[in-house]
Formats: sequence, C-alpha cells, structure tokens
Amino acid sequence: MLIFGHKPTISAWIGLAIIALNLGVALFGPLIAPYSESQSVGGTWEAMSPSMLLGTDQIGRDMLTRLIYGARMTIGIALVTTCISFFIGITLGFTAAVLGSWVDMALSRLVDIVLSIPLLIFALIILGVFGSSIPVLILTIAVLDSTRVFRLARALGMNLAVLEFVEAAKLRGEGTWWLISREILPNAAAPLFSEFGLRFCFNFLFVAALSFLGLGVQPPYADWGGMVRENAAAINFGLLAPIWPAVAISMLTVGVNLVVDWLLSIDARPSGAQAEL
Amino acid sequence: MAETETKQPILTIRGLVVETIIGVRLVDRIDVTLQRGEVLGLIGESGAGKSTIGLAAMCYARAGCRIAGGVVDIDGSDVRMLDAAGRRDVRGRRIAYIAQSAAAAFNPAHTIMDQVCEGPVQHGLMNRTEAEAWARELFRALDLPDPDNFGNKYPHQASGGQLQRAMSAMAMSCRPDILVLDEPTTALDVTTQIEVLILLKRLIREYNTAALYITHDLAVVAQVADRIKVLRHGKEVEEGTTSDVLHAPKQEYTAKLVAVRGAAASERASPATVTDKTILTVADCHASYGIVKVIDGVSLDVKHGETVAVVGESGSGKSTLARVITGLLPPTAGAITFKGATLPKALKQRSKDLKRQIQLVYQIPDVALNPRQTLHDIIGRPVQFYYGRSGNDVTDRVAELLRLVELPENYMFRKSTQLSGGQKQRICIARALAAEPDLIILDEPTSALDPLVAEEILKLLKRLQEELGLAYILITHDLDVVHRIAHRTAVMLKGQFVAFEDTETIFRGPYHPYTEKLVKAVPEMRIDWLDEALERKRVREAAEKTDSAKVA
Repeated sequence: MLIFGHKPTISAWIGLAIIALNLGVALFGPLIAPYSESQSVGGTWEAMSPSMLLGTDQIGRDMLTRLIYGARMTIGIALVTTCISFFIGITLGFTAAVLGSWVDMALSRLVDIVLSIPLLIFALIILGVFGSSIPVLILTIAVLDSTRVFRLARALGMNLAVLEFVEAAKLRGEGTWWLISREILPNAAAPLFSEFGLRFCFNFLFVAALSFLGLGVQPPYADWGGMVRENAAAINFGLLAPIWPAVAISMLTVGVNLVVDWLLSIDARPSGAQAEL
Repeated sequence: MAETETKQPILTIRGLVVETIIGVRLVDRIDVTLQRGEVLGLIGESGAGKSTIGLAAMCYARAGCRIAGGVVDIDGSDVRMLDAAGRRDVRGRRIAYIAQSAAAAFNPAHTIMDQVCEGPVQHGLMNRTEAEAWARELFRALDLPDPDNFGNKYPHQASGGQLQRAMSAMAMSCRPDILVLDEPTTALDVTTQIEVLILLKRLIREYNTAALYITHDLAVVAQVADRIKVLRHGKEVEEGTTSDVLHAPKQEYTAKLVAVRGAAASERASPATVTDKTILTVADCHASYGIVKVIDGVSLDVKHGETVAVVGESGSGKSTLARVITGLLPPTAGAITFKGATLPKALKQRSKDLKRQIQLVYQIPDVALNPRQTLHDIIGRPVQFYYGRSGNDVTDRVAELLRLVELPENYMFRKSTQLSGGQKQRICIARALAAEPDLIILDEPTSALDPLVAEEILKLLKRLQEELGLAYILITHDLDVVHRIAHRTAVMLKGQFVAFEDTETIFRGPYHPYTEKLVKAVPEMRIDWLDEALERKRVREAAEKTDSAKVA
C-alpha cells in the first residue's frame, strides 16, 4: 500500500496504527464506552476488574470510559487548534514571503514580539483574563502556535517565491492569493504536513499541560491532561490510576512522531529532477 | 605526443556495467583503455552515462547506483577487488577528479590552501610544508594571480575561473597518474573557458598525466583529446582518433553531433520576417540593484518580426535588461516605449493587456514550470486568465498550442517532471504563446539543453517567428545561436552596449576589442584551434608588454 506515493516503513505503520486507533476511539467514543462520561460506578481508585477494565478514578468513575471520552476532547481540541493555527500561519507566512518589503517586515516583527514572550505564561495570562472556556482555549493556543507556523511557512515561501515559475505567474499578473494557493502551497505541502504532525503533538501536550494546571478543559468533561492531575494523588498510594491517561498521551505522541519522522525522511530523499542534479 | 616508456595502459576498464539499485542500466558494457600522457574525450548528451563512467573509473558509484560488473584496472591492479581502505588509497593519489562546478566542490569554511594540501598530507606523500610549496608551484603553473598568497584566500574570494583552476591544482596535488575531468569548463564564460582549457592542456602535457575528459561540447574536446569516445544511452557509439571522429564519423549519431556545429556557419536569420514597424524602444536606460549600477545607459529598438540578440559574459547585465523590460526591476532612469506608448516602469502599473503582450521564456525550464501542475494547467492558465475562456475552450486551445510546439496532445495531463529538458522548454514556449504576445524575451533559451535538443528548439523558434510574426529579444552568451537566428545583435559589457548592429556586420568586423575577444573565444571544431588561440594570446600579451615598456 502506498501513502503519498511512498511505501511506509514498519515504524510508520506502527505510528499509523496508533493514530487510527485513537481516531477511531475519538469518533466512536459513545458507542464503545461501557458507561457514561460522568457516571459514578464504584469507589475511589478501585482496582482493575472485569467490569471496570482499568479501575476507577478519584470519584469512582470508570477509568476506561473517561479515557475514551477524553480522547474525543483532547484530540479534538488539539486538531482544531492545529488546523486554525496552520491556516493563520501559512496564509500570513506565504503573504509575507510573496509580498516582501514592509508587509514582511510588519508581520515578522509582530511575530517576533509574540515569540519573545514564553508560550505557557502568555497562555496563562490570556486564559486568566478571559476565563477558560473551550473556544477561548482553542483560539488562544491557535493564535500563539500560528507564530511558529508563520516562521516555517515564511522560510519555505521565501525559497519558493524566488523560483522562476512563481516569477512567471507574477509576470502574468496573478494576484497574491493565486500565488500562495496555486504556485507555492502545493510545493510546500510535504514539509508543512510533517510540521503539522509535530505541531499537533505540541498542541496536544499543551492542552494536556494547561488541563493539568487546571486552566484547560473544565470538569465534568474528561480530558487526558486533566485526568493525570485529578488522579495524581493516587501515586502516593502506589496506584495505577494516573498512569493510564499518561500512557494514552505518550502513546499518541509517539505514534504521530513515528509517522512524521517517516514523512520527513521522504522529504529529505531526493527524487525526480532533484535526484538527477 | 608524450613519451610512453611502456605500452602498459595506466587505466583499463573492461565490460563496465553500472546500474541503479532497482536494476536500470546506466552504463552498458563500456571498455576504456588509457595510456600515460593520453587524453580520451568522453562525449554525449546528458544522461549518456559520461559522468557515471568517470566516477566508475575511480570505482565510485553515486548514491542509488552500483557498479554491477566489469573490471577497473589502474596500473595493473583491479580496484574493484580492493577493500574500502585500499580504494581510498587509490583515489586522489593515483586518480583524481575535477568536477564541473568548482564553486560547489570547495568547502567555503576553509582556505583554498588547506583544501589543496589536504590530499598529499592525508595520503602521507608530503608534509605540510612540502605540500604548500608544491601547491604554490601548481598555482604558478596554472597562472593564478599572486600564486604565493593565492592559497590564503577563501573560495568566495576567488572568481569561478580561478576556482576551477584551483580545483585542478587540488586534483594535481598528489601527482596522480590519471585525471578525470568532468565538464571542467562548462560552467565558465567563453573567455574564461579558453584560459582554463589552455592551462589544463599544458598541465596534462607537462606531468605526463593520462586524462578522461568528459564534456558535451565536441568543439572543446577536439582541442584537448587524442581520442574521442562517443556515448549514447550508456552504450558506446564509436571510438576513434579525434580527427577521425570529426572528419570521418562512422555512425549517423556522431555525424549529427558534428553537423550541429557545422550548421551554424551557413545558417542565417531570414530577413523576410522583419517589418519596419518598431514595437519596442528602450532609450538611455539605467538600472541598479541597490547601489550597484547594473545597466548604464542602454538604448535598444526592436521591430515587429525581428530578433535582436543581446550577448555578453555573465555579469554584463544582459539578464537585468530583460528584467527591466518586463517590469520586474523598474529602471532608475530612461524610457521604454512599447507600440508607440510609454510603458509604465513597474509591473504593478502595467495593465493586464500590456503584461500579456510581453512574455518571458527562462533559461532553466526545470524551475520555470510548477512541478505540481499538469501541462493543461500550466498552458491553460494564461488562456483562462487573459481571455476568460473556460472548460473545453481551454482544453482545445491547449491542444492547439501543444501541436504548435510539436508535442503530442495526450501529454496534456502529464506533469512537467515527466518531461525531458527539451520538452520542458517547449512547454515554456507554449505558455508564452498562450498569451498571444507580440514580443517574447528569450533568456538563454537553449543554454541548459544538449546540442541536438537546442538545435530543435532554435528551429521551432524560427518557425514560430515566421508563422506568427513574433519579435524576439534573445539574451545569450552563445554566439553560435546569435549567428543563426538574430537579425541584429547588441554586445554588452559592464552594463553598456559596445556595439549594436546587424548581426552580419558585427561578425564581419572590424570588431570592437571586446567583441573580438568574445568571437575569438568560441572554440572551433578544428584540432589546432586551441594552439592558434594560445599563439594569439601570446602575441597579444607580448604586444601589451612592449606597449607598457614604451610607456615606461
């Protein structure tokens, strides 16, 4: 089987399987979850049993059910965030690369300013001011993250914008949107796609981190980062409860990274005209 | 020519087969024998396997390729049988390689001296002091400026021609028995090319080195090689002494290669297409990049159906002139008139219709076409954009344009990466024609192409001019091309025109000294041409010396 015209490596297959599993769980969560999201089914931190495969959490909810609903929330937020961040970052980054001069200057300096403030602290301030609702959370992370995407998109765009086919389109009189969407984007797709994987991981961990600090997804919604925090006290008793959401977070991160590594290696390999040179 | 004490060849390659890892044959059963002091020219189009053979002579295959069979014998020992350490010992010491692009072959972070001395010191042939002394001797032999201190320079501080010579010094640093020269002069200007050629030839003679000379230019190889081997698609076409190959080629393919050069002498641009209506006038134009003045008072006019060539060395400002006319670089002073009306200086101020009427064809078709678009998209876009046509209308027009540039219609949904260099250039021309322009600026349209392919493109351009009455501005350094399709020619030097006249007049002389230098620097397909050029250079230098002596 070919993906992007290339045969995935074994590690890429493992990564793809992990991603598929997580997406499947996120999509069909309510159908496969044994209980409902906030239903209390037992005592605090009960051990694993046939009816509760991963035991219960700090207020007696089924851990597996929480994990399944948590997948929805955590992956969903990270995905939406990354998409918005890429839309903003790519559009502005390519615009800066194509138009150059003062547009580039203004956008780049603005991004530099945002980049100079530590990400987590910036996010904490904004969430502190506006309160932590899901739309605010998504927009905050997306805007902050788009500065990183901007830098990459601008660098890629700069290299492509000087190529003669882009110049030919400019000579023809094409507008900026055409240059960005038709001439530059298709040629920058591969590195951007692998960056998408990486940024997804960062955002995913960032949401988890914010939830861990109590500013992310609010109860009663399940969220992997928040679940680690809620169950953290169980470590004192040598219980497994906080391990499960932590395992879920690291599994997905590793899975996405395996696929990204493979995508990056395709990109690094010369092909076609490049290989002839 | 040189003394050959033993008849034992220094390099023997028998039945060489090089394949890609998926089994495509790049080089198919090639035999090479090379005596000391002998130069063998390997000639062929790109993809003929010339460089692959050159590298295989060092028992090296590029990434993704492997030497699948044959014997590579250097002075009696089979290099293929050696282990990695043994091969390393042979490379550089017994056989050395000079690559096409010297600028890319030097490490920018070290001085030239460090890099030239690295070989002999690493191989334990000399200590650093001896190696430096030898390097300075080589710099002197290669006519580099200030040979005693030249080595202290970093690569970016030397010009392209100097670097190419420094690279020759690097290859000679271990006093190898065999030199592999892979297009050593192709990236250079004609005037620099002849200097490097002369020195390489002297170097090979003086040190009785054997050489494999790889090139696509028959006229160049004629100057240095004793024998020529013609290659095509990885197979040998024929091998013979240089004069045999040039004067009595046995194979049809060789004859064609030889004829391309011959054609230039007789062919001329047909005056029939030229009208007396002027389409473009450039009056006293100045342009600069930042504070660097690139164009310094250029005036030019082009008539309907006429080809005006602009020739000059790289850096003379000829490509910048194209950018000024297209509006990519607004001139700092001067006026451009197009069809009787003043042309706005910047591209932004020009109307869509003005942009349509002036089209540009680039030098390197590989980067001039978007690799992610189909030919239908590439050629169809101007049709859509300028004429607002859509759907089948566009498809019909694209098919028509493909026929016009002599490509099959069913190529329409291919991507440009699936085409050869010549086909890509045809697509670039088709894209320009799709706008139905009146003036096409051709920026070195054939210099990235193989000679036979370039020939076809020139024919196509001529035919299109006759059929459509197009005006061309042709920017090139290739006087051969100028000869054949330009009605008038401008010779450019340091941002100024030193001559602008009928092509005939320019080439008949009397020349401006710079024009003469350009014209005389084009290698001719004669074996003794280089020696004559050498003689001319000596005479000129002697004259300059006596001149300066007189002044003193």
